[in-house]
Amino acid sequence: MNEALVWAIIFLPLMSFIFISLFIRPVLGPRSRWSSLLTSGSIGLAFILSFWALLSVWGQSFEFPSHIWFIVDEANSIQQFVMTVGIILDPLTATMLVVVTGVSLLVQVYSQGYLQDHEQKLDSSYSRYFAYMGLFTFSMLGLVTSLNLIQLFVFWELVGLSSYLLIGFWHQRPAAAAAAKKAFLVTRIGDFGFILALLYLFSKRQFFYELGLNPFEIPDIISVAPLLGSTTATWIALGLFAGAVGKSAQFPLHTWLPDAMEGPTPVSSLIHAATMVAAGVFLVTRFFPLFEASGIALIWVALIGSSTALFAATMGLVANDIKRVLAFSTVSQLGFMFIALGVGMPVVAMFHLTTHAFFKCLLFLASGSVHHSVKTFDMRYMGGLRKQLPYTYCLAFVGVLALSGIFPFAGFWSKDEILLSAWEGSHAYSFGVSQLAFWIGLIVSCLTSFYAFRMLHMTFHGEFRGGIDAIPKDLRQPYEVDEKVHLSESPWQMLVPMFLLAVLAIFAGFVLASPVQILYLPAHMFMHLFTDQDGHFHFGVALASTFASFFGIFLATVIYQLKLTKNWAFGDSFEPVRKILIQRYYFDHFYEGFIVKTIGYKGIFATSDWVDRHIIDGFADLISWFGRNTGRAFAQLQTGQLQVYGIGISLGAATIVLAYMASR
Amino acid sequence: MLTSVIFIPSVGSLLLLLVGKNPRISRLVALFFVILELILVLILFVTFDRSTTGYSFIERANWVPLFNIQYLLAVDGLSVSLVFLNAILGVVAVLISWTITEKVREYFALLLLLQTAVMGVFISMDMFLFFVFWELELIPMYFLIAKWGSGRKEYSAMKVLLFTLIGSAFMFISIIALYLSQPVADRTFDMMILAERDISGLIPYAGLISIGFLVAFAVKLPIFPFHTWLPDAHTDAPTAISVMLAGVLLKMGGYGLIRINAGLFPEQLSDLAPLLAIAAVINVLYGAFIVVRQTDIKRLIAYSSVSHMGFVVLGLSSFGGSVISTTAINGAALQLFSHGIITALLFVCAGLIYERTHTRYIPDMGGLIARMPLIGIGFIVAGLASLGLPSTSGFVAEILIFLGAYNTYPLATALCAFGVVLAAGYVLWAIQRTLFGPSLKRWADLNDASSSGKWAIALLLIPVMVIGIYPRILLDVLENSLLRIVGGLA
Repeated sequence: MNEALVWAIIFLPLMSFIFISLFIRPVLGPRSRWSSLLTSGSIGLAFILSFWALLSVWGQSFEFPSHIWFIVDEANSIQQFVMTVGIILDPLTATMLVVVTGVSLLVQVYSQGYLQDHEQKLDSSYSRYFAYMGLFTFSMLGLVTSLNLIQLFVFWELVGLSSYLLIGFWHQRPAAAAAAKKAFLVTRIGDFGFILALLYLFSKRQFFYELGLNPFEIPDIISVAPLLGSTTATWIALGLFAGAVGKSAQFPLHTWLPDAMEGPTPVSSLIHAATMVAAGVFLVTRFFPLFEASGIALIWVALIGSSTALFAATMGLVANDIKRVLAFSTVSQLGFMFIALGVGMPVVAMFHLTTHAFFKCLLFLASGSVHHSVKTFDMRYMGGLRKQLPYTYCLAFVGVLALSGIFPFAGFWSKDEILLSAWEGSHAYSFGVSQLAFWIGLIVSCLTSFYAFRMLHMTFHGEFRGGIDAIPKDLRQPYEVDEKVHLSESPWQMLVPMFLLAVLAIFAGFVLASPVQILYLPAHMFMHLFTDQDGHFHFGVALASTFASFFGIFLATVIYQLKLTKNWAFGDSFEPVRKILIQRYYFDHFYEGFIVKTIGYKGIFATSDWVDRHIIDGFADLISWFGRNTGRAFAQLQTGQLQVYGIGISLGAATIVLAYMASR
Repeated sequence: MLTSVIFIPSVGSLLLLLVGKNPRISRLVALFFVILELILVLILFVTFDRSTTGYSFIERANWVPLFNIQYLLAVDGLSVSLVFLNAILGVVAVLISWTITEKVREYFALLLLLQTAVMGVFISMDMFLFFVFWELELIPMYFLIAKWGSGRKEYSAMKVLLFTLIGSAFMFISIIALYLSQPVADRTFDMMILAERDISGLIPYAGLISIGFLVAFAVKLPIFPFHTWLPDAHTDAPTAISVMLAGVLLKMGGYGLIRINAGLFPEQLSDLAPLLAIAAVINVLYGAFIVVRQTDIKRLIAYSSVSHMGFVVLGLSSFGGSVISTTAINGAALQLFSHGIITALLFVCAGLIYERTHTRYIPDMGGLIARMPLIGIGFIVAGLASLGLPSTSGFVAEILIFLGAYNTYPLATALCAFGVVLAAGYVLWAIQRTLFGPSLKRWADLNDASSSGKWAIALLLIPVMVIGIYPRILLDVLENSLLRIVGGLA
């Protein structure tokens, strides 16, 4: 694989963005089908190249030289700021390239069906949608290939921008506009940590220059990580981790992701489930040696990961909006990936990232397919759809099984490896934390299969409860008022990508992590791509996690299939708990109501504004008032009467004479 | 060359007074001269020798030999970048004034005169001449705000005038003191010579003299607590004047700080650096706090300028370190340019919106992007650049400042970096309230930007993106001159 081809992978989707926004949309109109063809085509080509890249990194990494973007000359060379750009192509990058382009391609195909209604009429924002998709794919591909940390940060922010644009895609809806802003802002709080890490790293540049290295080039940072000293490594690692927490929606910056579901469903599927939110996991994986050198940072990763996995899963238990359930599930599963990182197994985290991308994307696309016919995401108005949407039902079932981690679906294999790593704790910095993570992981497995099957039962089983038609007009969103239920299976553009994802959700785990060699399929293939060590399989842990999952399925089935509940809650005695969960532990109230509104807007900001108006500016006005009035007072003396002037002159002369005499 | 750069606009200004009152002709004449000026400055920008640390295009003539006052023009990289900025904004200001109907001829004559004065500030290397242009700028500014403004326009115009005059009084005393305290034989106003001399060793009270300059520039930049003229002036001025005010007039303060305080008084600046760092934090955070509360869109942009100029001050505070970072100074100079373009774009869009909706009150807006997509895109890109999004010029400038200043004042830099988070908050909130949301019925028959508006937006969008993607285009120009200025201390 040569370097130009990797650049081509990155820039192909950007070309489609530029071409659509400068040519197709203005000239051919906002509904031109060319925009979707161009984006799908360029991403398809990028996918082929990415696959080639993956094959070429088998057993080797490419080290391409960096290019100078700009330099700031300094009087002495210890200060010099050399900004380089370049490409890393190693197994990590190649895996991400394939996952991103592959999932993105499928989502593009799906979107072509999703953005037309039942009369084949295209949405008026058709071109804009595909332009943004191109921009997003470009940013994500740039992020995973970056050689330089600042280059990575540039793409990191561009990913945030694309996410902002796509969440706020229906900008005329107030909720979407608010959600887009929230996503950008909350992730930016994490990025503040990222920036501080950059600054701190640059302040250590002398250390790098003495070794002939560049403080921002990722291979250089990784190679000196063990020499940096654990305090330095800890601060840099924690700064980067803060960025990861924001982007991957981990506790306490998780609040933006559920709201991000205001975007179009294929977007939720691509960005907020499969790829962008994985950027945080990718970042920590990329800088794993730094986290290892710190040690303490790993404990933080494990603790944040496991607490998020648990919190998010509990919130998923009660949500009635199908996309919200999936959003909480995403947050929770990302927590799982951070557990894997925290216990010292980045490969396992990447493995779960990959399988999760497949089955979570599938589930979101299925929810979009359901919405396509019932026009609502509220599961209380669904039910019984297995008859009208048989294909969607089967495909969603596969996704749910994979998410629940049932043998032999993909989720089983990756989740199992995470639990096993935590249980053994052989790579963990702290065995206690690792054990804690294991038990939390086991509980979360149970919760996961519970909410997954609750979702399945509410959506597809039982009797149909009317869809959007059953919602009173005054309870609907303004844009939903004219919607009508249209019960029919979705078009092929939507089903085919889902089918392919389902195939991956069934087989990917087994193929990539099979414990024994089967025919030409090597054992633990995914593990071998990254390291020389052998993965292994522990029967006891697998049994425990399977048992936990089945327990969750059992509970969900008993409660929802046998209708032991009112209002889809667990029952009246759990009402207070349910309320806390529905309110998402009151985090949004705390952040938005208390911190932003009370302390910020009505407190500090209002005070500053008042001080500026009345004290600072008041002082300036006071001075001018003083000037004006003293001027007026002196003006009174200008009477124009010679007598007065005469008196003045004689008094003045007398004073001077007296003063002269006194001084003698 | 430089003489024509300064005086082409004023030739236009004079010609306008001759060609009669036809508004159409006046507009075209003004446009012709600003475009001519832009072409000339482009030539200057391209031919400027990027490898030299010295001055180029020197023009020298005696003016008042008795006091050794010269008509001395020259540019280095710092000047070239700001001259370029001024030339771009000159064209934008004329384009955006296309809809002015009241006393068109006089309006454009004053606008062109303003451009001359600002050019003179950036190009004069004789301190006396510099001061003349510095004061000259106030005359057109006062009338443009007081006559063509809105709201409390006379009050605001007077406020700008008084604030600046009080600041310049300090500067004037310093200029005289600096002149008189030199040995009689080689008294000079020549800033190129003065920068070579070791002023602090040569003259007494160098600290006080440098503070006199600092006050004048602090009012102009503005630095807290001298900033309250800015929101009033920006809000009440007509659009083009807000563009010029935020775009180049504030930059005169930053230019002065780098040229005189850093170039002539580096030791004194180094002593004052802790104060600058504190001022920077106050500017950035306090400014940002106030922005959030604003409901008038122009006032909102004005306060965001206060916040963003704090970054320039932060960049200069790196003079307090044992090793001065040119990275930070480069960032500060780049921020001057970048903020000039970005804020100009914000004001252009706000002005176009006001022209159509006749309101600046943010809660009355909403859903505007559906009616005016181009203006909306301009506003969004400018907003994103203002919050420091990578691939726009704002990011490059701010990251350079942070990287350079962190060694000297880590805490102040970290606090200022938090200003970027606040910026994201107020910018995105403003976008949400003005452009997004359901499109309102009362805006149903509004149009997008006219062709002059489109040109103005395009002219500003291009540099924002180009510098963001390829910052060398400007850094190459700045670098060597700034290296010389910073080298003054070593």
